[in-house]
Amino acid sequence: MNKIEVKNLDLYYGEVQALYGVNMQIEEKEITAFIGPSGCGKSTLLKTLNRMNDLVEGCRITGEVLLENTDIYKDMDVYQLRKRVGMVFQKPNPFPMSIYDNIAYGPRTHGVRSRVALDEVVEDSLKKAALWDEVKDRLKKSALGLSGGQQQRLCIARALAVQPEVILMDEPTSALDPISTAKIEDLALELKNAYTIVMVTHNMQQATRISDKTGFFLMGKVVEYGTTEQVFSMPREKETENYITGRFG
Amino acid sequence: MKIRENVMKYVFFLAALVSVAAVLLICIFLFANGVPAMAKIGVFDFLLGKEWKPSDIPPLFGILPMILGSVYVTAGALILGVPIGLLTAVYMSRYCPKKIYGFLRMAVDLLAGIPSVVYGFFGIIILVPFVRNTFGGNGISILTACILLGIMILPTIISVSESAINAVSSNYYEGALALGATKESSIFKVVLPAAKSGILAGVVLGIGRAIGETMAVLMVVGNQARMPKGILQGVRTLTTNIVAEMGYAADLHREALIATGVVLFVFVLIINVIFSIIKNGGKNR
Repeated sequence: MNKIEVKNLDLYYGEVQALYGVNMQIEEKEITAFIGPSGCGKSTLLKTLNRMNDLVEGCRITGEVLLENTDIYKDMDVYQLRKRVGMVFQKPNPFPMSIYDNIAYGPRTHGVRSRVALDEVVEDSLKKAALWDEVKDRLKKSALGLSGGQQQRLCIARALAVQPEVILMDEPTSALDPISTAKIEDLALELKNAYTIVMVTHNMQQATRISDKTGFFLMGKVVEYGTTEQVFSMPREKETENYITGRFG
Repeated sequence: MKIRENVMKYVFFLAALVSVAAVLLICIFLFANGVPAMAKIGVFDFLLGKEWKPSDIPPLFGILPMILGSVYVTAGALILGVPIGLLTAVYMSRYCPKKIYGFLRMAVDLLAGIPSVVYGFFGIIILVPFVRNTFGGNGISILTACILLGIMILPTIISVSESAINAVSSNYYEGALALGATKESSIFKVVLPAAKSGILAGVVLGIGRAIGETMAVLMVVGNQARMPKGILQGVRTLTTNIVAEMGYAADLHREALIATGVVLFVFVLIINVIFSIIKNGGKNR
């Protein structure tokens, strides 16, 4: 089933066009990877999916982005959208507060007040993010004392705490060491049983290791989109082949 | 080249020494003159005495009324100035359109540059009648001084808080928004707590400004050396005590005024220490 559908999407930053006629269907409970050289528009498209681009002054779009057949730009409250479509950023960004408060922030802001319910969400989210055993004795300590990899898993737990359906990951491992990266990848594979994941990555091995579908972006266009196996083993387009074989980018 | 570098190093060192020397000299002057006076009057009689009657025989030098006066006036200024200043800083940092920003910035900078005697005039001509007509009394009161000082500390609180808020990484703000939080929730629950130590710095500077302010307070606060009885009554602060009587004081009276300065100095010292404790505590949490 299609979770997200992008139709004829053009995106402009002021006068500059950053995306050209993007069409894409993102399957539910799969990992979809966006690859391509820097500045190709893959992060831009990702941020369009939860309207974080709204923060950029002069950003406007034409076309449609549908979440379960509802237009997220016309027929959906942006807060509701971001609750359903969570995001994990390139640089781990835990808030400068305790581990507990980091996870509880989302549920609290959506109106959960009961201590018992919050305790439950915090434990549950940390367990899903494979972080519970490492932090259960220091929930009241500052999240900034965690290692980079732990911080990133905390950010994933924080995103899970508002019970999203989709998780967007913007190069989630680019600031991490190989061991932490492996943990995040394992986690992503685990999470796709319950969530739809869209991930931007610079690392093509990462895309082949964990993604089901891959989209290759170049100069604001989706050059090729298909199953990861097909894109990497027998790309239809010459440009894709050049990129994945390392001839440019 | 090496010699030149060394010479310059000492030039910089000497320059840095000037401010240290100034602080030391002020300390020595204050304590050398003030502490013996305190000893003569008796530390408890001085700090906790409720009556200041320098021309009585024997004279009474109790500065508790002035200590309380300073504390009340400063606290009142903070109650009025901090929320307004902080909200202004939030507006300027996160909500303000560019056009209005330039205008606001200019207004705040101008507010900082107005001499305190002009504030005093504004107090006498506008605030005193306002307080008299609105709340009763004769208008020369603690409340009037609080309002005036509340306005005077605004630029400090706004500027320092605004740079503290601006310094918070946008990652926090975006992280909160990405969870579906509203702009208000992101700012007040995530960005402001992250800017806490900077905002506290602004508040402390504001306290310093309020507790040390003399001229404007002198003009609106009444200067009655008596225990404060209510916010619509006049009172005297530590600073106005000094400036009102220094002109004609002699001998022990004069030294008692310098000792008042010592108390003021210690207040500022305590505030600074509290501030650095809070700040370090915030970091290690």
